[in-house]
Order: sequence, then structure tokens, then C-alpha cells
Amino acid sequence: MSSVSSTVADLRGNTHRGTVGALDTVDSALDRAKAVDAGRDGLNIFVALDQGHVRTDADACDAFRSHAEPAPLLGVPVAIKDNLATLRDPTTCGSRILAGYVSPYEATVIRRLREAGAVPFGKTNMDEFAMGSSTEHSAYGPTRNPVAPDRVPGGSSGGSAAAVAAGIVPVALGSETGGSVRQPAAFCGIVGVKPTYGRVSRFGLVAFASSLDQVGVFGASVDDAARTMEVISGRDPLDSTTADVPVAAYSGAGGRSIRGLVVGRPTEYFPDSLDPRIRARCDAALEKLREQGAEIRDVSLPHTELAIPVYYIVAPAEASSNLARFDGVRYGLRVQGQDLRGMYEATRSRGFGDEVIRRIMIGTYVLSAGYYDAYYRKAQQVRNLIAADFASVFAGGVDVLFTPTTPTPAFAIGAISDPYEMYLSDIFTVTANLAGVPAMSQPIGRVDGLPVGGQFIAPHFGEATMFAFAYALERALGQEAHT
Amino acid sequence: MSASDVETLMRDWEMVVGLEVHVQLKTRTKAFCSCSTEYGAAPNTNVCPVCLALPGALPALNARAVELATRAALALGCEVHPQSVFARKNYFYPDLPKGYQISQFDQPLATGGQVEIGRNADGSPINVGVTRVHMEEDAGKSVHDRFPGATAIDLNRAGVPLIEIVSEPDMRSAREAGAYLRVLKQILEYMAVSDVSMEEGSLRVDANVSARRRGETKLGTKTEVKNMNSFSGVERALEMEFVRQVDVLEAGGHIDQQTMLWDGAAGQVRPSRSKEGSHDYRYFPEPDLPPLLLEKAWIERMRHDLPELPATRRGRFAEEYSLGDYDVDVLTADPQLADYYESVARASGDPKSSANWVMGEVLAQLRATGGDIGTFRVRPHDLAELLRLVRDGVVSHTAAKQIFARMVASGDPPAQIAEREGLVKVNDDAQLQGWLDDVITEMPTEAERFRAGERKLQGVLVGAVMKKSKGRADPRRLAQLLAERFGT
Repeated sequence: MSSVSSTVADLRGNTHRGTVGALDTVDSALDRAKAVDAGRDGLNIFVALDQGHVRTDADACDAFRSHAEPAPLLGVPVAIKDNLATLRDPTTCGSRILAGYVSPYEATVIRRLREAGAVPFGKTNMDEFAMGSSTEHSAYGPTRNPVAPDRVPGGSSGGSAAAVAAGIVPVALGSETGGSVRQPAAFCGIVGVKPTYGRVSRFGLVAFASSLDQVGVFGASVDDAARTMEVISGRDPLDSTTADVPVAAYSGAGGRSIRGLVVGRPTEYFPDSLDPRIRARCDAALEKLREQGAEIRDVSLPHTELAIPVYYIVAPAEASSNLARFDGVRYGLRVQGQDLRGMYEATRSRGFGDEVIRRIMIGTYVLSAGYYDAYYRKAQQVRNLIAADFASVFAGGVDVLFTPTTPTPAFAIGAISDPYEMYLSDIFTVTANLAGVPAMSQPIGRVDGLPVGGQFIAPHFGEATMFAFAYALERALGQEAHT
Repeated sequence: MSASDVETLMRDWEMVVGLEVHVQLKTRTKAFCSCSTEYGAAPNTNVCPVCLALPGALPALNARAVELATRAALALGCEVHPQSVFARKNYFYPDLPKGYQISQFDQPLATGGQVEIGRNADGSPINVGVTRVHMEEDAGKSVHDRFPGATAIDLNRAGVPLIEIVSEPDMRSAREAGAYLRVLKQILEYMAVSDVSMEEGSLRVDANVSARRRGETKLGTKTEVKNMNSFSGVERALEMEFVRQVDVLEAGGHIDQQTMLWDGAAGQVRPSRSKEGSHDYRYFPEPDLPPLLLEKAWIERMRHDLPELPATRRGRFAEEYSLGDYDVDVLTADPQLADYYESVARASGDPKSSANWVMGEVLAQLRATGGDIGTFRVRPHDLAELLRLVRDGVVSHTAAKQIFARMVASGDPPAQIAEREGLVKVNDDAQLQGWLDDVITEMPTEAERFRAGERKLQGVLVGAVMKKSKGRADPRRLAQLLAERFGT
């Protein structure tokens, strides 16, 4: 029995019945990881994968076997992005500054996975501190796209996306600040979910931009992602920004019809410059939704073009503050200097990579006295306008929006060196983070053999409706989604 | 530089002072995590992922800290806002684990208060405005003298809840600044929000001071004076800094906006080497904490449940217990002492004697032992019982003092001590007559002179009996018996 072809639902049932052991499952996954990950041409997915840790956790699953009802993720191995605090494997955020750092506590989402019977399965590569869109900006080197190894898997959660796409695990956790789950999901041809801001606890997620960050989920299928989302969602007293909103049965949304529901097609996400082949894939997906009884309606989100500039003020500003704790005083890298200031400078310039330093500089600048009003305050005002665009469309009777996830398929490793060009790969995803609304990407076909992602965006806490559409589209596309 | 020199300068120059007071709130746990706030624990033992700023940790606001901050703000006459916003104050320092302090900036908890610090000669109040009260967290401590050549960091204090109370520049002398601080401390003690101890650092004062010529309406350039560790230190530091500024101004110089450090041992202020004034703290709203929303009804309930303020209590003590100004001031100086007095007065039904006993025996005892009224062995109902024993003639005043001493030592109730020690007043005539017989036998001359009409000898004879009875004889009955016996 291999985990490669197993869904979350199958693993759960089989583990509960005892037809498959959690240990067997993780051993297969470990074998698969060993086969694809290591060496010069390996995918370089895992920055930590300790057989002993994984097998110990798998052993712990046996305790759940006696329960009458199978635990929701019983025996399911879940790969974890390296910016989520775990107890035994290091948590390094793909950065030299945290090399070897092991957290003495674990993230709320990891605890919830464990309590649901899942097995945390290693730590996955990422752009340093989640700053990037390609998983090339990691102290551990780039991760390759399992579908096309000369291509990037997207980022910043590229390692987690690749772990699922390579068939090692059925689900993985990532994190989003501007599209870091949806964009790699699109590039790797899998499902990626960014929940509503406040839906999932950030406690134990190493902060990049606190007002935008959310933990997200990758799944080989919509159902895999939905089942995992159900487990990690919900209020956490340790994260004051989580909402006390009941968690709906997302996996139950599979039975819901979308007949009579309205899909908005925001014209700003289908510019003339959009790759016609991607546009064609989106149109085909919309046609499937229409066939399912949904109404397709053109709508406008007029402030969309301001999203990238707003994002690149708000996110670096918060990052410049969030990353101040990496100062060489208490943990992580310390490089001695002449004096205190010298130690700070040596530690931080040696510990952080170029992209991280660039964003800290931008963030420090936009928060400085005399610039705050012109940049940060103004950006927050525009951010409100972007959120209002969504609110007004949803208030007008639109149930979900459908857009391409990215303007292009996965690009070649090393192809984009201009930071601004890289930033533009998030152009269709940052809006949902700025507005705090849930969004997800799923495969809707291929272009030149490379996966194309389609994105649903729903109102705040509208995950159940969003999943209903995702299930419906997945069903309607069938194998077309991967061809 | 003497006080009279300052007074001379103040004929031509005016001192303008505003104070920033940081007060640690008396919560069991820290502002944003559940670590203990206990003072004096071994270094770095009251710490957790949150207050150590480990990667991924997030703050969760302590509701008790909000209550105490609100109570303090209301007691200072502030308007408490239904919405306030936490902000990050960013700067690098080894004892600031996150690299920013969670504070409040442009939307503080409360604004617009006022406290009365005394009266002018014409009876009008001297008021000091309270600009704002905001919540924030404390930093850790940098220990520079523990390890040679290195600085040690103790993060036990990191994350302890603080309020910062910012005054208007309303004080015009060091004495007024001292009065403001004493009134503030008393109010905060009455509100039971803080230990308000400058020695333990639960109250810290930074002073902004400037000088201007009398008649000038524009404020001069101010300096910030730090590092004072007592109220009198604040007063002395303000005077020294004022004198320094006036010297500079009189010589035609100008004042640099800078931070001055008070050196209490040398009695001097000197410029701080760090460029505190040039910091750009890059404040922005704390994204990890939603705005602090307080319902109006909750604020009103807090206002309603506010403990009695010192001024109210002073007025009530004067009125209810007919106490003079001096007694009121002594008895209300400390809320626990006031509570103690009030319990004794109510239980004994004798406010005047209660005041005498509390201000006399009780305070003398506490002063002698350095004890605290909160843990004083003699509880109010026992002291009231003793007062009743005196009033009812069960024990004499002299015996009462002996009983009190034993109550201090043992904590036993007074009646039990009186019984055990044989200190109950004797008014049994047979016993009294016996003692009298002995005294007349022993002092025949004095007895004869008394019989002959030398009245002043009554005291001598009664005193002799009292001594013989070890204070137990009832002096009033004794005087009657003496009169009967000698037919006077």
C-alpha cells in the first residue's frame, strides 16, 4: 500500500479498519521522498525529514485506532512548511539566521493535526521567511517542480506544494501572505486553499506580515484539502485575530449543488495581456460551471491594479517589525561585532538573504517619520478600497468569483531575476490577502504540459460555498483538469 | 546649590514641568501571556515563548490588566475610550525581545484627566492635567554589573503590564512635581492597581522640564530627566536641571533638547550618551491584536465599582468620625491603614479613642518593627474589643497598654489575655479595702496628712494602691472608698 494514490478519506478509513498501518503509510511516503528528493537532480522538497520522528508520530496513531469513530485525519501524513513551529524538527523558515533552531513549543495547527490523528511529515522548503514566489530564495537552494523539474514549483510554499504534487503526501500545510499557497498549487497542478483571515490560528506560524498571513492547505484533491481545513480551522485563544465563527463541514460541501448560484467573472483579472491559453482554460472552466446550473456574471473590482503596490508597502512594513526579533540575542545565528550595534549588523546581514533584507529596508522606510502618512497610511486606505470592491460585489448577489490563479504557468528556475517582475506573479492572488477573504486554486488543465490554476474567491467565512464550487468543478473537469 | 538659590532664581525664572509616570499593574500574570509577574524570581524563570519572542508566538491581552488600567484612568478623572488601539514601538535593544514594545500611540485607552495636588493661599485648588493614560508592556532588565565585560539579560520583567500616565506641563516647581507624584501614588494605592514602589521599580518617573522668564507665555526648550529613584530625587533633579538651564540661558546660550540622567550620589544631572531624542520608533498599529473595544456599560460599571478615592475618604472621615485635619491626614495616608482605622472605629463605636489608639500604639508598633498594617497581628475587631473593655471599666487604661503589647506578640483576643494575666480591673470592695489597709499602714504620715485635709495626697495614696494591685484596682472606686474611710 502506497500513500501515492491514497486519498485522505481512504487512508483514514483503512487505517481505522486496520487494513493499512500508519507506520506502513509513512514508510511508503519516506521511500517515495527518498526516491525523488535527494541528490543533484532531486526535487529538494524537504529541509528536514527525520525518519525516526515521523515513525514515532505514526506509532502514536495506534492510540486512535480504538476510537469508535475514526479521527478525521487518522494515519494521514502531512508535510509541514518550515515556518510552522514543530517540536522535534528544526523550524528555520529557509533562513540561515534560524539554522538548527528547534522550537520548544508547537504551532496550534500542528497540535490540531496531531489531535486529529495526522502524522507531521518533515519540514518543507520555502522562500526565506515566505518572501518570494518561486522557492528559489531559500538558504537550502531551490525546490524543483515535480511536474517539470526545470521549472520552479512557485512559492513561497513551494516545498509543500511539491510534496503533494510528487505524490509523497496527500496533503501539506503552507502559509499565505500574498498567494504563497495558491500560486504554487497552480504551478504544481494541485489544490491550494487560503482561508479567511482569522479562520485558522497563526500561533506558531513565524510571522511575515501579520495582517495578511494565514496558514493554508495543499491537497491532491479538493476533498483532501477540505478535510484538512476542517481540522485546522477555528478560534484559538492564543491568536487574538482568530474569529469565533463556527467551522462548517467543508468536506460535506461536496454534496451541494451550485445550481442557481452566481459566479462573478471580474474583468480586471482577464486583461487583454493575459496569456490566451490561460484565458481559454478559464473560459472552459466557467462553461463547466454554467453547465452545472451556475450563472456567470461579469463584475468589476476597480481597485485591483493597486493591489501590488499596496501589498509591497503593507507587507514589508509589518515584516520589518516582525523580523526585528532575529537579533542574535536569544536564539539563532549570532555573529560577534565590535559592539552591540556591530553584533546586530553582522548577525542580520549574514543571517538574512537579499530579498529579506530588501523588504526590511522597504518596510523600515515606509514606516519612518515623515513617510508614514504618504506610504503606510495611504496604503491602508487603498487596502480598504480593495476590500470594499469585494464587499460590494458579494453584496450584489455574487456567491463566488472565478479568476485565473496566475498570469503565467510555472517559469523556469533562474528565469526571473528582477524582483518586481517576480512580484507580478502574485497579481491575481494578493487581493484576497489584502481583503481577508478566502480563496483557493485548483487545476483546470495544462498549457505546454504545465499546470494552470483556476481560482475561486468567496466572501469572509464563505469557505463552505467556495468548496461546493471547487468540488463541482473538479467533478465536471475530471481528467481535463490534468491534461 | 541650595534651595534658597533656587528660590532666588525663581524670582526671575519660571520652571515648567510635565511628568511621565510608568506604573506596573498588579496583575498575577503578564500583559500578553500567562507568565507570573512575581518580583524577585530567579533570572529568566518567568518566561515563555510569548515573552521571549520566540518565532511564531503571538500576544493575547490580559483582561485583568485592562480592568486595572481602566480603574486607574477613571480615578485620575480621565475619559476612557470605547475603542483604543495597540501599536508597536520599534527599536532594537537586547532587553526588548520582540524588537518592539506593544504600547498605545495615537488612540490611547484614556485622555483628559485632572488631579488636585493642593490648595493655593486663597483656597483655590492647584490642579495638574492628565493628558493621557495608555497601556503598554515592560521591557526586561539589562544587568551590567554581574559579569565583567558582558551584559546579562533578565526577561522576567518583559511583558509585565504597565500604564503610562502623562501629565500636562502644569507644574511650576519641584515641590509641585513632588506633590503631584505623592497624590498620584496615593490614588493608585487606593485603587489597588499597583504596588507603586519606586525602589522595586513598579513606579518610574521621567520628567520633562524647561525654564522661561517670568511673564513669558511660550514654553522654553525642554529636556527629559531620567534615572530618579525616589520622589525627593525627582525634586532635587528638577531643581538641578532648572538651575543648569537658567545658567545656560542667562549666559545667552540655548537649551538642547536632550536626555539628562540624574546621578543621585553626586547630586548632579549629566547628559545621557545615548541619543534617545533621535529615535524614530516607526509606530504602527499592532496587527496581532484587534482594537481594544470596551462597552460603555462596562466602563460605567467600572466607574461605579471604583474604590473610594483618597479625597472622598478624607472628607468622609472628617464628617463621619469628627476627626481633625491632622488625624484625617495621618489615618488616610495609606488605604490599608484607613481601612484598619475604620474597622476599629465601627466595631468599637468610639471613633475618637480608635483614632488615638491607631495613631498612637498601632503606628508606634509598626514603626518600631517596620511592620505592615496588612499583616499586623492585632486585627481591628480585637483592638475594638480592647477599647470596649476600657470603656466598660473591665480593664484600666494602664492594663490595656499591657494587654495590647501581648496582643501584638501573640495575636490572642484581649479578654483572654486580661483574664490569663490577671489584668481585669478589681472593683471588689473587700479586696480594695485590704490593699488600702496595707497602704495606710505603710504610709502613716501621708494617711494622717490626708485625713487632716491635705487633698492633694489622694493621688499618692491611690497611686500606691494601683502599684500594689499591679494596675488592676479601679481608681474611681478606690477614691470613693478613701473618701468614705476618712469622712472627707
